This record gives sequence, structure tokens and C-alpha cells, in this order.
Amino acid sequence: MSMSATTAGRTSSAAPEVRGGGVLPWLAVPALLSFVAFAVIPLIGVLALSFTSWDTLGDIQLTGFDSWWAVLTDPGLPHALWVTFLVTAVSWAVQTPASILIGVFLAGHQRYRELLAVLYFIPLLLSSAAIAITFKALLDPNFGLGAGLHLDLLNQDWLGEPVLAFSVVIFVVSWQFIPFHSLLYQGGVRQIPRSMYEAAELDGAGRVRTFFSITLPQLKYTIITSSTLMVVGSLTFFDLIFVLTAGGPGDATRVLAVDMYKRGFQANLMGAACVIGVILVLLGLALALLLRRLGGRDPGASQLEGT
Amino acid sequence: MESRTTSRRTFLGLSMGLPLGAALAACGTSGPAKPGGGGGGGGGGAKATYWFLSGPPGEPVRTAAVERFNKANPNSQIELTAVQNDAYKTKIKTAIGAGQAPTIIWGWGGGGLRSYVQAGQVEDLTSWFDENAAVKDRLFSGAFGAATIDGKIYAMPCETVQPIVLFYNKKVFEKVGAQPPQSYGDILDLVKKFNAAGIAPFSLAGQSRWTNMMWLEFLFDRIGGPEVFQAVFDGEKDAWNNPAAIEALTKMQELIKANGFIKGFSSVTADSNADQALLYTGKAAMMLHGSWSYGIQQAQGGDFVPSGGLGWMNFPPIDGGKGDPSDTVGNPGQYLSISSKATPEEKEIAKKFFTSGVLDDQEQKEWVDTGGVPIIKGSDSLFSGSKDAEFLNFVYGVASNAKVFAQSWDQALSPTAAEVLLDNIAKLFQLSISPQQFATNMNAVIGK
Repeated sequence: MSMSATTAGRTSSAAPEVRGGGVLPWLAVPALLSFVAFAVIPLIGVLALSFTSWDTLGDIQLTGFDSWWAVLTDPGLPHALWVTFLVTAVSWAVQTPASILIGVFLAGHQRYRELLAVLYFIPLLLSSAAIAITFKALLDPNFGLGAGLHLDLLNQDWLGEPVLAFSVVIFVVSWQFIPFHSLLYQGGVRQIPRSMYEAAELDGAGRVRTFFSITLPQLKYTIITSSTLMVVGSLTFFDLIFVLTAGGPGDATRVLAVDMYKRGFQANLMGAACVIGVILVLLGLALALLLRRLGGRDPGASQLEGT
Repeated sequence: MESRTTSRRTFLGLSMGLPLGAALAACGTSGPAKPGGGGGGGGGGAKATYWFLSGPPGEPVRTAAVERFNKANPNSQIELTAVQNDAYKTKIKTAIGAGQAPTIIWGWGGGGLRSYVQAGQVEDLTSWFDENAAVKDRLFSGAFGAATIDGKIYAMPCETVQPIVLFYNKKVFEKVGAQPPQSYGDILDLVKKFNAAGIAPFSLAGQSRWTNMMWLEFLFDRIGGPEVFQAVFDGEKDAWNNPAAIEALTKMQELIKANGFIKGFSSVTADSNADQALLYTGKAAMMLHGSWSYGIQQAQGGDFVPSGGLGWMNFPPIDGGKGDPSDTVGNPGQYLSISSKATPEEKEIAKKFFTSGVLDDQEQKEWVDTGGVPIIKGSDSLFSGSKDAEFLNFVYGVASNAKVFAQSWDQALSPTAAEVLLDNIAKLFQLSISPQQFATNMNAVIGK
């Protein structure tokens, strides 16, 4: 089975040159410094704060595992974990097939497809907060789209019913991010050698067969990349959900990130918020590693074989 | 007038996509940007600093008051920093926590003030008020409740009083042939009447949560009197299990089940003023809201307020209830505290400002022009000639006649308990928890 993509050829030819010189480690210094300053150090701070009680006003008090105990025994935590998992799983399941299909469609070089592609990427240009405010206005049960157009079907308590509110979150998240993932897939599809399709055509494979036997397997690493971005990204969904539902109705859409904000900045429990922050980091790392494993061998190495 | 709405908007910390980043950023801006203006007559004298909310209608009034003070006292200057509404609560908290507080701290009193007091960050003003009785006596006495923590006064009440008012749409009442409610029983009858006419009885911005809370505040008071919530505030064990509390919570859910509120109220937010739009467009007949809503409806409702479409009243009594029908809740005032970290000279300037600057005649006049009622006894003499005189007199009457003017619960409680409260209120209104579950959840955070 051939696994190649043209990028693989490029990286493999470029790598030895760089490796030869001694410049490479130095080139990493700026990135490393900013990573340490803006990721590692705050992370250590969060970990340290999780063993304290701090209301942001008084002194920071070392309280050992008190905050951990308070968070881990709070029935709100399993709920927030469950909601986070649901958001992650459902938004992945909605976005991935849609993105692949759209990506494959947009990979064609026809004029109208390129025009559509440009239009289609517009949601990417908007900020999450702006998208959330807009959808909130559109979905308003009394002054929104449904009331304006007198369409009873659109006139639901969109953000007031737990299941509807959850679906709205998934829909808006998908609306915002499918274009991005389609872009990834579009790039992925365009790098599949044409010769493979020509061969398949000669063998008499139809469109559907070609899609499942050539396009999809060839997109394996794009799927892994896109899934990693989706899964890790949806762990930290905050702005969109916070503006759209603020975790409501009740706590139906309270994902971990919203829970963290509410505990830290609204309830003034910085220790507990930091505990959730640590849990989020661990979850994100675990999921990213797991997804890499799912790809079988190390993607970097395996891309070198084939063609 | 805007203070209440804006305090809510602080919840909308849009810029805080990453809380961690926000915390870092807040630490970074250690002090306020110094406006160049203060450099005039000071001549080496000490300068006090003063942070408050920016934005109309309050900012121009606040700024003008300080400018008048600075002009009149060349040797005691106050340096102003207007902080944007959304960021104020977080920013002032961070500054106080970092020991970078301004001399004069503007706030809402109650639970927030209590957390400053517990951290030893604000001055005890009790003896100062004893020595300067004239300063205290000209203010509404009800305004001091939220400034008093454990029997000591830690803040100077200022600005305007904002009770919660039952607004109604007179035109809709006329159309249906109904009279404003005189009792809670009337309210239940009106709910049926308006529902039958296809009009929502009450508008409610359920997603904002504190809007729901206003209902509970009145039901608790009218059924069990102010003692019921006072027991919670005082940290009494299991205070939410009071039978009056359970009855109020049960009545609340009954009203929701009877379709007392507009369909889809859980999707409506107060930040967009959609709840108020429902009232002035006649889609809902009544609405419980802060007195500041008057100004919003006047600004956005077109002809509604000028043509006399808006009616208002205090929340009616409940048959058999213990609460006094004159009681009200809301914001008894805004509050100025003095940082305990300020130098003696700075503290002196702040006190001088409290004596001669805060709510001087000109400032009172300007507040009235914005549609607010200054917390000064006799400020109603300023209302004549105002186009809003009728409403202003009503608010003045409610505030000065109230036997008890309770502070809004979420402001009165500590931020930690307030968040749990709002959370459980949202669930109560979703009918996803029972009154007893609500009480149990809330009992767990009493005194926290």
C-alpha cells in the first residue's frame, strides 16, 4: 500500500541539509522561550495555585488537597466532564464527515467551486464572540428569525431547552469550524497523486469506490491532524458557549472551560478553578497522545515510505 | 442608573477567552493610566486616586463632581480613572488584591464590600461618621445597610437609589380590560386572563438569572418578611429550610407552570434589553425590573413612555404573608470606600471629598436629569419640572417609605455564595430541581 503525499517527498529531501548544520537548535530558541514563558511557567503557576485557597483579594493560603477534594467530590465535575465529552464527540462526529465531503468537493479545480470555496471560508474570519451574539439574536424566540419570518418551526426556545441548547451549540461550533477543516481536507485531497485516480479509472472503479478506496485512505493523516485539532480544541471551547448560553439552561451546556471560568472569576475560588485547569491540561495531553497512537506508527516516519 | 445593568455586564467578560491570560493581563496593568490633567494647582500636595465606571449616564456626573471638588480645593486633588464597565469588577478586585488599590474605591457594597473588609483592605468609617453626623444624616438611612458589615460602616453611600419595580403596559391592560394587581391572588387571575388573550403575562429575561432572582426576593419578603433572607445573610444554619422559604419557592414554580412568563423566557437575556422590549411592544403585560429600566424604555420604546403607556407599582402583598407591603429590594445606593493602604494625606482628601464633594447640589441635579433619584433626604424637591417627575416621585416614595430596603441577594452575598445562588435559581426556573433540593443546595454554602 502506498502512503505517500508530495509533502513527504519535500520534507525528506530538505531534512538532511538542515540536520547537517549546527543552526537548527538556535532557530528553536525564540519559540522555546515564548513557550516556556507563556505556557510552561503559567502551567506551573496553575498547578501550584491548585493546592491553595485564594479569593483573588486576600492572601494565598496553602491548603494542600482541599481544593482538589472540593472539586473532585462536587457532583458538578462529572456533569461538566460528561458535557465536555459529549460536545467533543458529537461535534467531531458532525464535523468530520461534513468537512471531508466539502473538502473533496472543493478540491476540484472548476471555477464555480473556487468561488464557492472563497465564500465558504467567510465564517473563519469572524470572531467566536461575534458569531455567538449574532446567533443569539437570530434565535431569540420573540424577536429572532422565527418571529420575523413567521415560521413556527424556527420559533423554538432554542437556548432554553437543554437538548435544543446543546444542539445549537454543536451547530454553531460546526458552522464556525467546518470551513477550517474543509480547508485542511481540500489541501490533503489535492496532494493525492492524479496517477492513482487514473489507475483506478482504468480498473473501472466508480466514483464512490474511488472515494472509499483511494481518497479516504490517503487522507488518513489529514484526518488525524484534523481530529486532534477538533478534539483538543473542543476541550477548551469557552467564548462561544459562554456568550451563547453561559453554560445554561441550568448547567446543560456547562463544559469544563466554562465551569473553570465560573469558579475562578465569578465565584472567586481560584484554587478550585486551577484544579479544573490542571484536569483540562491532562485530558488534552492524554487525548492528543491517544490520537497519535490511533494513527499507528509515528506519522512523520511512516510518510517516508511508499511511491 | 446604569450601575446595575453594567454590573451585570461584567459577567460578559468577552475578552477573557483564556481566563489565565486575563489574570496575567490584569496583573500586568498594575496601576491606572495617569491622566495628565491633575498637574495643575496641586503644587506638591498629596493626590488621592479614584476609580469608577465609565460610560453614560454616570460618568459625566461623576467626573463633573470631582472636577468641581478639585477646583474648590487646590491643595487636595483627586485623580480620576474611569474604568470600562465590563472590566471594572475584575480590575478593581485584582488591584486591591495586588495592593494597588485607588484611594477611593467605588462599588456596590454588600458581599463584595465584605470580602474587602475580610481582607483588611478598606477603612472602618464608623467613628468618622459619628464625628460627622451631618454627612450621615442627609442621606437615606436605608442606604447604610449595604455599607455596614458586622455593625461597622465601611463605605459612604452615594449616587442614586434603584428599587425593583413592577412595571406594566397600560395599553395592554386597557385592551384586555384588566386592572393592575392589588394582591398576589390578582396576579394569578391576571395570568389566566392574559394567557387567554394570547399575551404573555410577564416578561422575563431568564438567561440572565439575576432577573429571576428579583421574583424570589419579593416572594420571600411578602410571604415570610425580611427575616427569612436576613437569616441566610447572617449565616444561620439551614436558613433556607424556613417554611416560608419553601412556600415562596413552591409558589415560584407554580407561577412558572401556570405559564406566568413569556414562552421561551430561558432564552431571553437582559443585556440586550429584550425583556424590556417585550413589555413596550405589548407582547407581555407586566415585568419586574430595576427602576433603571424606566430610562431604557424611554430611550428605546419610542412613543411608549411619553404617551403614558408605562405603568408602575410596588410588588403587591400576598394574602396571609408576613412581609410589609412597603418593603422593597434593589440597590439602596452605590458606595465609596477608602483603601486602608492609602497614606494619611490621601485618606484626608477622600474624607474631605465625602463631606463636601459627594452629592453636592449640582451633582444631585445632574442625577435627576439622568432619571435617577439621589439618595439625599428631600431630593424630591428637585423633581418639579422634570418630564419624569411622576416616576421620580414614585421611586423617591418607595425608597423613603420602605420599612425595609433590602439589597439584591447576589450583591449582598459573597461572590462564592452568589454564584451558587444564581446557578440554583436557573435550575429552579428550569423546573429541574424541587424547592427542597434548592434549599438543600443553598444550605450547603451558607456562610461561605
